[in-house]
Amino acid sequence: MKEHVYDSLYLSEEDFETGRVLFETWKPIARYAWDAGIAIGRYLAELKAGRLVGVHCPSCGRILVPPRMFCQDCFVPTDGFVPLQDTGTVITFSICHVRWDMVRLEHPLIPAVIAIDGASPGMGILHLLGEVDPQAVRIGMRVRAVWKPPEEREGAITDIRYFKPLE
Amino acid sequence: MARNRVAIVGAGMTKFVRRAQETSKELAWEAASKALESCELTLKDVDAVVIGSAPEAFDGVHMKVEYLSDGCGGWGKPVIRGFVGGGTGVFSAIQGWYHVASGLFDTVLVVAEEKMSACQPHPQGAFITIFDNITERALGPNLLWIFALEMNAYMTRYGLSKRDIALVSVKNKRNAVDHPAAQLGDPNITVEDVLNSEVLAWPVQRLDVSPVTDGAVAVVMAAEHVARRVTNKPVWVEGVGWNLDTAYWTNRDLSYPTYVEEAARMAYKMAGITEPRQQIHIAEPYDPFDYKELHHLEGLLLFDKGKAAEATALGITQRDGDLPVCPSGGLLGVGNPISAAALMKVAELFWQLRGEAGARQVPGQPKRGVAQAWGDLMQVGTVIVLGV
Repeated sequence: MKEHVYDSLYLSEEDFETGRVLFETWKPIARYAWDAGIAIGRYLAELKAGRLVGVHCPSCGRILVPPRMFCQDCFVPTDGFVPLQDTGTVITFSICHVRWDMVRLEHPLIPAVIAIDGASPGMGILHLLGEVDPQAVRIGMRVRAVWKPPEEREGAITDIRYFKPLE
Repeated sequence: MARNRVAIVGAGMTKFVRRAQETSKELAWEAASKALESCELTLKDVDAVVIGSAPEAFDGVHMKVEYLSDGCGGWGKPVIRGFVGGGTGVFSAIQGWYHVASGLFDTVLVVAEEKMSACQPHPQGAFITIFDNITERALGPNLLWIFALEMNAYMTRYGLSKRDIALVSVKNKRNAVDHPAAQLGDPNITVEDVLNSEVLAWPVQRLDVSPVTDGAVAVVMAAEHVARRVTNKPVWVEGVGWNLDTAYWTNRDLSYPTYVEEAARMAYKMAGITEPRQQIHIAEPYDPFDYKELHHLEGLLLFDKGKAAEATALGITQRDGDLPVCPSGGLLGVGNPISAAALMKVAELFWQLRGEAGARQVPGQPKRGVAQAWGDLMQVGTVIVLGV
């Protein structure tokens, strides 16, 4: 099938650095202001108050987090916010040594999916782990939220700095 | 539902490279013209065009497919865009299929193109926006996170080691040596090389991941009466399926791709496949990361849950094994220009089933193959079954 492959041309970094090829550059000009919405708006307000909340689906009975205005499985409105604990269990995690542009981080980040206590089984949220030796992190580890002090909270997911081991 | 039979009758592609001198539009033309030439058709014979391309943010060009359209032969014709993230390559072939199966068109040109290199300093900058803009992005995520989190969930559930999974990367990068368009073929790569490569986001290391790539692939799809005239070796589309899971990805069991299973079941049912492990002779599952090949083989019901790694270690998935997997070299070896990568898998089945894969040819005259892609927010499965 070799004859069906076009003999495309490839460039090296050097071709750019030494100006052997012509190119044009541009930077996007765009800023966004997103409405948090009905369900996540309340979620953020509760975070500011130092609480995690989920929502209840009247059809399947599950308690869902992050909160949502409707249960995507049953496609009916959820019927109320439910207080959750600020503890949970690590469902999965990574130890990340690079930034989005592949620059090495001095201290690795430990992103994790954490199933929140008080919500239905498997209801995880994405957050970070801290105050823990990366090598000691395990799936199944019990963790607790470390909150920013009230005066520093702004109604954002980062009002929780990270989760740390319970023990 | 009455459906017309649809065949793939031609295929062509560009080389897959880290950075092409060609523009996106030029790459699209190179692949499209090669595909038409391969079946001795011209643009005049094409009734409609399907264009697959993933995020516009890579090119920084809004309405990217309209920008690409002249390179895809779309001028003056009905054109539709296929776009389901990484699942796009297979999905655009599915769209080509239903354009023809519906009876609306006799001959359709399907072109998938991706030029990732334009996005500076790294195309991951464009990928960050897949994370939830309010509840996730403030945590400073990067695209590797979702793969690392899923890989860890998969490894832990089934007690797999990094070594078990690295075998996939070695197999595919070695297979790619025989692909004339490959970016990363390596005849000497070993498991130790993968295990010793830079740790990016544990458990993901550098050689667990497919590269950033520029490239394009095109196929020509035709109704039976056209296909029989154009070629004596049509490759029939026997089944298609696609399925989307919830975008609440942190609420899902990441160790198993249920949406791939649903898509596979839809395609197998259409193809009359009741025993996929006996009836499928080649698989080209989506392998942007080595563990994903295993994950997807299980979702495709070709191995029991957690058992694809063992099959890999036994050599079953080698080109001369009982079920050759990614004989092309896959995304890990040939390269990963997002949408084009998965259409490359469809083209690979086309060449393999016609016995035209050259040094990559799977022995034993395979009669049926499955190609699968994955994408969106780790939630879409797209599946196509081809046969002769």
